[in-house]
Order: sequence, then C-alpha cells, then structure tokens
Amino acid sequence: MSTSMQHIENHITTGIPLSQNPKLAARNVDVFYGDKQAIFDVSLDIGANEVIALIGPSGCGKSTFLRTLNRMNDTIDICKIKGEILLDDENIYGADVDTVPLRARVGMVFQKPNPFPKSIYDNVAYGPRIHGLAQSRVELDETVEKSLQRAGLWNEVKDRLHAPGTGLSGGQQQRLCIARTIAVDPEVILMDEPCSALDPIATAKIEELIDELREKYTIAIVTHSMQQAARVSQRTAYFHLGQLIEVNPTKQVFTTPQHELTEAYITGRFG
Amino acid sequence: MDMNFNQHISQQFNADLQDIRNQMLAMGGLVQRQVADSIEAICTGNTSSADKIIQREDDVDAMEINIDRECTHILVRRQPAASDLRMVLAVSRVVRDLERMGDEAAKIAIHALEVANGNQAGSKMCNQSIRHMGNAVIEMISEALDAFARHDIEGAINVVRSDKMVDEQYASAIRELSTYMMEDPRSIGQAINILWILRAIERIGDHARNICEQVIYLVSGADVRHSSLSEMEEQAQIDPQANT
Amino acid sequence: MTDSKTTNSNTLTESKNMKPTQLTTRQKVELSLSRRRAAETRFRMYGMASVFFGMLCLVVLFTDIASKGTAAFKQTSLKTEIFLDSSYLGLTKDSKVDEVRFANFEGLIKRQFAKNFKPSGRKETRELFKLLANPEVLDTTISIELLMDDDVDQWFKHDRDLSTDETNDRLSTKQLSWLNNWVEEGRLDTHFNTLFFTNGDSREPELAGIHGAIKGTLLTLMVTLLLSFPIGVAAAIYLEEFAPRNRMTEIVEININNLAAVPSIIFGLLGMAIFINVFGVSRSTPLLGGLVLTLMTLPTIIISARAAIKSVPPSIREAAYGLGASKNQVVFHHVLPLAMPGMLTGTILGMAQALGETAPLLMIGMVAFVVDVPGFINDPSTVLPVQIFLWSDSPERAFMERTSGAILVLLSFLVLMNTTAVILRRRLERRW
Repeated sequence: MSTSMQHIENHITTGIPLSQNPKLAARNVDVFYGDKQAIFDVSLDIGANEVIALIGPSGCGKSTFLRTLNRMNDTIDICKIKGEILLDDENIYGADVDTVPLRARVGMVFQKPNPFPKSIYDNVAYGPRIHGLAQSRVELDETVEKSLQRAGLWNEVKDRLHAPGTGLSGGQQQRLCIARTIAVDPEVILMDEPCSALDPIATAKIEELIDELREKYTIAIVTHSMQQAARVSQRTAYFHLGQLIEVNPTKQVFTTPQHELTEAYITGRFG
Repeated sequence: MDMNFNQHISQQFNADLQDIRNQMLAMGGLVQRQVADSIEAICTGNTSSADKIIQREDDVDAMEINIDRECTHILVRRQPAASDLRMVLAVSRVVRDLERMGDEAAKIAIHALEVANGNQAGSKMCNQSIRHMGNAVIEMISEALDAFARHDIEGAINVVRSDKMVDEQYASAIRELSTYMMEDPRSIGQAINILWILRAIERIGDHARNICEQVIYLVSGADVRHSSLSEMEEQAQIDPQANT
Repeated sequence: MTDSKTTNSNTLTESKNMKPTQLTTRQKVELSLSRRRAAETRFRMYGMASVFFGMLCLVVLFTDIASKGTAAFKQTSLKTEIFLDSSYLGLTKDSKVDEVRFANFEGLIKRQFAKNFKPSGRKETRELFKLLANPEVLDTTISIELLMDDDVDQWFKHDRDLSTDETNDRLSTKQLSWLNNWVEEGRLDTHFNTLFFTNGDSREPELAGIHGAIKGTLLTLMVTLLLSFPIGVAAAIYLEEFAPRNRMTEIVEININNLAAVPSIIFGLLGMAIFINVFGVSRSTPLLGGLVLTLMTLPTIIISARAAIKSVPPSIREAAYGLGASKNQVVFHHVLPLAMPGMLTGTILGMAQALGETAPLLMIGMVAFVVDVPGFINDPSTVLPVQIFLWSDSPERAFMERTSGAILVLLSFLVLMNTTAVILRRRLERRW
C-alpha cells in the first residue's frame, strides 16, 4: 500500500470526471500560492442542475478549487492559476473577463454565515441593487420576497424585514446568505462547508433546501462530513493533496469506491 | 509518516470490527461441530451426543442475537462506509445462515434420538448418502468460513460449485430411496426418515452457499444472491480496486 | 474506600509536614492555594493604591484650579446714579448715533466722582444703548452699574475681612473707607461676570474676557476639521485598500507613523517656513493656525482610520465580492460605513488634542495681543491655550484668577469632546 503523503505520479482521475454538456468545465487547472502548488492538474466537469460534493482530508485543496470556480482567489495577491475553467464554454480566466458579472452568475455561500450589518431586506436587496436588476421598488420587493421564499426563510421573517440581519439565529443567517446569493439570479451556487458552523437541525433544513434548489441551479458543495456528501449530492469528487483522485456517482463512492485512497479516507483510515 | 491502511484512526472502531468478525467465526466453528456431531449421532446412534447437540443449540441462538446486536451498534455509532459497511452487513446475514444451519443440525439430532428410542435399528440409518453428503457439507462449511476470513473469492466460488454437486447428490439419493420404497413398502417409514435427514443436509449446503454469496459481496461489492453460478463467476471477476 | 477517604482528609498542617511525594494532587493544590491567593491580594492592593494615588493627584489639581478660577466668574460693581447732563455731553434728543458714541461720558462720570477714584471706562456701550432706547433720559438721573477696577474687585473678593485700619497696598485709606461705606449701603456687590465670556482681551483685567479666544479656537478647529478629516480618511482608505504593496508605499507608511511622534513645535516652524513665507498666509489667523494643526493631527487621524478599516472583518468583504461587487463598491458601501465609528472617534480625539496645542501656534505668531473678536478665518485672533499662556505672564492678581478661569473653560471643552467621542463610539458600534 502506498503511503498517503506523496503525490501520485501521472495520476489519471479514477471514475468519471467528465460529462456531456457540462455547466462548468475545469481543464488541467493548477493553482499556486506563491511558490507552493496547491492544485495539481485537475480536470472536472460539473453538469447542469446537479449537486456535486467535493470531499477530502483537510488541506487537500477542495476549498481552493471551489474558489477558482468564481475567481474568488483573485482577492488573494499571491494566488496564481494555470489552465482553463469554462462556464458554458467560455473561459472565465480569459484576458478580458470582468469578475463582477461572473460572480453574479456564479454565487458563493461561505462557511461562517456573514450577513451584512444591514436589515434583512437590504441584505437580500444589495445584489439586485448593485447589478441594476430591479427597475422599481415594487420589482425589488418582489425579488426579495421570492428569494426569501426560495431560501425557506420568508415565513419566519416576513413581519420583520427591517430588523437587522445579524439578529437572526445561525441557521437563519445562513439561509439569509443563501437568499442573498439567489437574489442575483445566478446559474451556479458554490457552497464552502455551509453547515459546519450550524447545529444539526439547522443543517438538516439547509440540506433539504439544497435539494430543492437543485431544480433551478447547479450546486457544488465542499464538505468534510461524508454523511452530508452522501445525503445531498449526486456525484462526489475526492481530492487528496491537491490531486483529484476519484469522481463517481455518490452511491458508488460510498459503497464501493474504486480507488484505495478514496476507500481509506471514507472508512476513516486517515483524514 | 507511515500510513497503515489496515488500521482505522479510531482503535476502538478497529477493535469493534475485529470483534464481530471473530465472534462470527467462532459461531461458525460451533455450528460446524454441531453439524459434524449430528451426522455422527445419526450413524452411531449415540444419544448422549445428540442430547449435547440439542443443548448447544441455545448457545448458537444466543450468539446470533449477540452478534446482530453488535452489528447494529456499529452501524449506529460509526456510520461505516464502503468495505466496512459491506462487512457489517455481510456478518449480519452470515450469522442468520449459521443459525439456520444450527437449527438443521438440531433437527438431525432429534431424529437420531427418535430412531434410538424407536423401533428401527440405528445402523440402518447410516445410509451411504447421508455419510457422503454430510462430509461434503461439513467440508463446505469449513471452506466458506475460511473464504470469509481470507476474503477469498475463488474459495467462495468453489464452495458454490460444491453445493451444486451436493444438490445433484440429493436428487439422485431421492431417486434411489424412491425405488426402495416402491420395492418394499415396509421400508417407507425408514426411507422417509432418511429423506428428512438428507433434506436437512441439503439445506445446510444451501446456507453454506449463502455464506459464500456474502463473501463475494464483501470483497467485490457485487450482490450475487439469486444469481446462477456462471453469472457469479462473471461478477466475481470485477474487483472494484483492480485499476489502482 | 474508607481508607482513601481518611488519607485525603489529612489536615493542612499534616500535609505540610509530609514529603512532597506523599501528597495527593488535591493536597498539593490546596497547599499552593494560600500562596496564590496572597500574591493576587497583593497585586490587587498595588493596583488600588495606584488608582488611589492617581485620583488624589486629580483631586488636588482640580481643587487648586477651581479655587483660583471660580472667582473669575464673579465681578464686583457699584450701583450708582449719574445725572446725564446734556449740556456737558453736548447731545440733544435728535443727536445722531455717532455723536452719541463719542460724547464724553467718561468726563461726566469723573466729574461725578470728584475724588481720585477710578471707575472703569468702556461704559459707553451700555449707556449708549440706554440713551438710544430712551432719548427722554437726557437731563435725568439714571441708575447704572459701574464696573469696579481690579484692585477693588480683588479687595472685595479676598481682603474684605480686614478692618479699615490696616492699609492695603493698592487702595488708600480714604478709598477703603468709601468702599466700606458702599458695602454697608449695599451698593457694592458681585454679580456673575458675563463680561468674561463676552469681551475680548484687555489690559484691564476686569474687562478682559475670553470671547475672542473662544471664537478663535472654534474657527481654528473648524479649519482643522474641514481639512484634516477628509484628507486623513482619504489617505487611510488609499493606503489600506488601493495602494500597491511596494517600497514606495512602505516608505510612506513609515513616515506617517513617525510623524505622529514629532514634537508639535516643529509643525509651527514648518508653518512659518511654508505657509507664511512661501504662500503668504497672514500671521496669527485661524486659517494659518488651522493649517498648522491639520499637519499635526493628520498622522493621528490616518493611523486611527487605518486601524478602523483593518478592523472590518474580512468575511463582510468576501460576502460583498461574492455577490459581484466591484472593489469601489466594497470599500464605499461596506468598509467605510463599518469603519466610520472608529474614524470619528479618532478624529474627535485628534481634535481634542489640537484644541490644547500651544507651541506651534506660538511659533506662527499668535503671541500678539489681540483685542478684537475675529470675524472669520482671515482675521487676526488668538486661541484659548495661547490666551491662558499670555495671561499667566501678567502680574496682576486679577489675571491670575482669570487664567485659572480660562483653564476651567478649556478643561470643560476637553471633557465635552472626549465624552462626545465615547458616546458616539457606543452608539455607532455594531455587532457583527
């Protein structure tokens, strides 16, 4: 058995990393932080309206890879990317691509709920306001209501839309952040361990929400809970030391994984 | 850092899995002895041996319940995945088959007692078929448990093949007994008893085959219950980790 | 079970006599407890003693200033009647304003008091108003209050208990006897010294007031605020958010941090050299004072504004970027509003510091004796700290008490500004 601390030379991802007509396609992506390489030659497709879970031990690069999908790594100066990432066949790292509309198409929900210190209404309305998505106050109200409904938060907050967003509970705040992301009508939603700061009930509500959101959006979720990955996703991608080891349908990965590293991680032999 | 993939990070988890495995193998050993003893009891008419078999049947039942409970606990506490999950499920199913085998062995022992207390002479019971089939089946149990312990698919398939032969033996033994019964109606009572015993032995063989199906599931992930031998052979070629 | 119990309940003295290896963990902890508690009690005592000492010093300081200064808020005056002789004054009912203003009221009053008594002049204003209000008053006797000279004022406030036999340095026996008479008649008394707040500086202590100084301070601070706040905040935003991380930026940062520690008088020299000599800004004006104080307060404001910006949690920024906000939108919609409370607090504290600055303003010429209250920022003026400095030089006793009075006013401004800073910070603080 090989040790798990070394890279695998010339590794080809086990399973089915690519698919037909993907929404997002990563091709030979390398990510560097200064001189240190964090992601090694990853190629992965994410299909439309599917939920794909990215799992792996800590430090394996799954969050880094997720952040490349909407160029959030641009905010870090020393981060360099090689390779291509195609959103509907356009390379988002092209020379004249503006990150502002890109991030309106590919939204992100973060690990710790981070609502703006504004009212609930203003939190959800911020995105549509800056992108000019609503022509009138009435339209804006509708957008806010629709987003809150889709995030499953409307009934709980409809009477206090002008209360501060930070006054909600942890689970509600995270749903508020999801509503905020949905309000700009994205095509893809990236979630970086969205439930790790929440209690089990709030987690369950959000997992159910992810299942409903799947109808309209494509979702990529990074999680360190394997049970969560098994519950919410259709495909699972296993990362290890920056390499993409295996990508397969979720049920297969958790009952009969193909690669020994995947098996070892899933059964808790390291991590 | 040296990564040992045979060990879980949690030592307790490791110990739990080893435990149900060992208990299952111990139960298998006990059942194997029960079967061997019951065949012996039939052939020699040893009533005290038959009594012991019937008493030990309670132990076998108790073991099934214990092991199954342990499996439930592991599922609840550890939420095992992949090979660990398959192993826990496999142990749970194998234990059920072992318990049935124990039941069959007890039935044979009861018959032995009846024969001893009854009118027929014991030696007449020791039909050649019973001996033959009985030994084959005892061999099968031993190989099945072995295949489980060593995660040996080839061994498992061999046992399935053996079971096929036992089934054929059973069919021909029935034909033979039928001719006896037609020739001499007085031998019908005895023949029926022999039939019961042969049936029990054939059942034991089927249970051993079930155990091997679980071995194939455990190792390859393929569910080969209710498949034919040829399908099984095909399925068993597919090793999930062949292209590592 | 019972055995272990008895071992654990060894008395403390027994435990102390046992060898360390014989003791259980619990016993060792209990032994060390008394030592720890003693150390903590001692520490608390030191702290309380220091606080007490500090409070004591404060109390002494305030008592000293207050005892000297509260007298400045009272002014002695004499009630008396004056006959407004129109022939002496040369006025008629139809006289114009100018004629009234220049009429010889002083002579009139002096004539009234034929003896060598020194009432204060500058009463024209009051009488003028009276006259203007009621021309009928001509040729009648009106009752006015005359301000007493500072010698009288000081005698009345402090020396009155002495009998008339004793001689006073400044007042003759005759004068003392008049004064005592007037006191008995009830004509001579003190009242609240509004002149202190409404008059500009003067050679005569009884007429000296801080109005000019206060107005000068307010104008100077206004200039300082209007210049330093926008520049400081903009510089902080640039340095934190937009500046590239290279050598140039590092040098700028180091220099700003160092400037905060430069002695303030150097800024005065800088003001002299650049603003007066090169740009020709007139000396001793609030404009110049404001410019110099801006230079002085800028580093403080920039440093505190940068700290406020740094304290905005990165999660808010990430959330905004994630929604597709551009860099400018992130800075102005999110970072700036969240950092504003900290920036405002820093600014107010910087202003409070500038309020009390004397040295650089002395350098730029605010030493002059400025009588008139400044109109706007280009008029010569003085500021409160400088006024205090100038008054403290004068020998008259009355100026001593006025110095303390002005210090009290200055201190109350400072307390007010600091309190505002605290209240603002509490109200604007948000939880995220």
